[in-house]
Amino acid sequence: MSKLPFLLLWCLTIIASAEPRKFNLPAETGVYRPGEGAALAKALCLNCHSTEYCSMQPPLPEKYWDATLKKMKDKFGATIPDEAMPVLLKYLVSTYGTAPAK
Amino acid sequence: MAHPTVSRRQFLHRSTLTAAGLLAGRDLAAASSVELPFANGHRELVKFPGKREMILLTHRPPQLETPFKIFNEGLLTPNDAFFVRYHLSGLPEEIDPETYRLTVKGLVKTPLSLSLADLKAMEAVTVVAVNQCSGNSRGFFQPRVGGGQLANGAMGNAQWKGVRLKDVLDKAGITEGAKQVVCDGLDKAVIEKTPDFVKALEIDHARDGEIIIAYEMNGEELPMLNGYPLRLVVPGYYGTYWVKHLSELNVVADAYAGFYMGTAYRIPNTPGGCIEPGTTPASTVPITKFKIRSFLTSHQEGAKIGSGQVLLRGIAFDGGAGITEVQISTDGGKTWAGAMLGKSLGNYSFREWTYAWTPTKRGAASIQCRAFNRLGETQALEPLWNPNGYMRNVVETVNVLIESP
Repeated sequence: MSKLPFLLLWCLTIIASAEPRKFNLPAETGVYRPGEGAALAKALCLNCHSTEYCSMQPPLPEKYWDATLKKMKDKFGATIPDEAMPVLLKYLVSTYGTAPAK
Repeated sequence: MAHPTVSRRQFLHRSTLTAAGLLAGRDLAAASSVELPFANGHRELVKFPGKREMILLTHRPPQLETPFKIFNEGLLTPNDAFFVRYHLSGLPEEIDPETYRLTVKGLVKTPLSLSLADLKAMEAVTVVAVNQCSGNSRGFFQPRVGGGQLANGAMGNAQWKGVRLKDVLDKAGITEGAKQVVCDGLDKAVIEKTPDFVKALEIDHARDGEIIIAYEMNGEELPMLNGYPLRLVVPGYYGTYWVKHLSELNVVADAYAGFYMGTAYRIPNTPGGCIEPGTTPASTVPITKFKIRSFLTSHQEGAKIGSGQVLLRGIAFDGGAGITEVQISTDGGKTWAGAMLGKSLGNYSFREWTYAWTPTKRGAASIQCRAFNRLGETQALEPLWNPNGYMRNVVETVNVLIESP
């Protein structure tokens, strides 16, 4: 009889350890900064990733933003219409910074 | 050397927000921030499930950096402070340990579908090993390069328990012509055209007995954000190979050329994997083992030091050859003296070092440390460069102020 509480505890432990683990990630806080092209960025980029991918970058040459946009479209399959590419490039360079070309 | 520092303005900002947060009943965890010591280094501190307050790199997919002070609190990095790095936002909503299966297929005699109970019934092994992101410290590259703008906190050291990858492969029985083991986890892309995050290990490496399929980290189940319930532990190798939520091992006859092997995580095919800053490499190869590194952990940039003897402390690690010596300079690199090494937890672990220093002059001083390993490798005084910002291992410098020698 004195073993009963331990048995119950053991059963509870087994049940607890078998429960599915959930991700429950916090909602993101970042938004694309205002500017011409922000609505496009929101519509085309946020589907796959949060805004820090842009906002954390240091000043980088335009060719970085150009290469990254092309990578998203060509390698990652982002559905960016051709006519949206220059608009997004201008938006990213003017909004998230550029370094002088070397 | 990078230490996240909370600036005075940030402190003010923080307390204002905290007060506002209290009034509004908001989550206080979102109210603080740090300044990493490079351009555009402002970062929120956030609490994700199973994690303490960490440096937010990206919300989705989740990427969190360990605040550097943690590395001075013990050689093992706590699970709730261990860095997080995902590539794809399609994370499973939940993982059921009862129905979880690891599939072994391809060039094997007996394809397997192993439950967690099956794996735990096999011989268990443990190893203390550092995991470090390939791009740890990318934010310090000059010229700056794009990517995750990390300071020095995308690394951690843990005791991993699990089964040998070799034993699982032997159980399935590898057949003739096997070249690589292709490793996949449950994390998926949001859209179909995005390449899945899949890594490949050379067959000899996969069978050398060093790699573990881990189900425990520091004596507990793996945190969800570090790969629950199974992850590859590839000691001495950059974190890109440490596949999380490991669900499939596929033994193949040819070199796997998927995006994360064939295009990403590649370094210049040059000695040391570096090239002239700002240039493009002629050819590249997949990144492999850690370069040797060492850090001062006891004192942060700008620390003020009073009178008498001060104990400097830090960590060193390499790709598994084993740390043999750590040297300290307190005069900006003019002279170097040996530090005392702490107990070894194995060649893949952080190794503690200590050095008793009695400053003799008031004013600014630079503290530097450099490690040596069994192969005679050490750290360069000038940083090396590559276009992806991988494998930084320059001798780090921490500037302090001696107030009263």
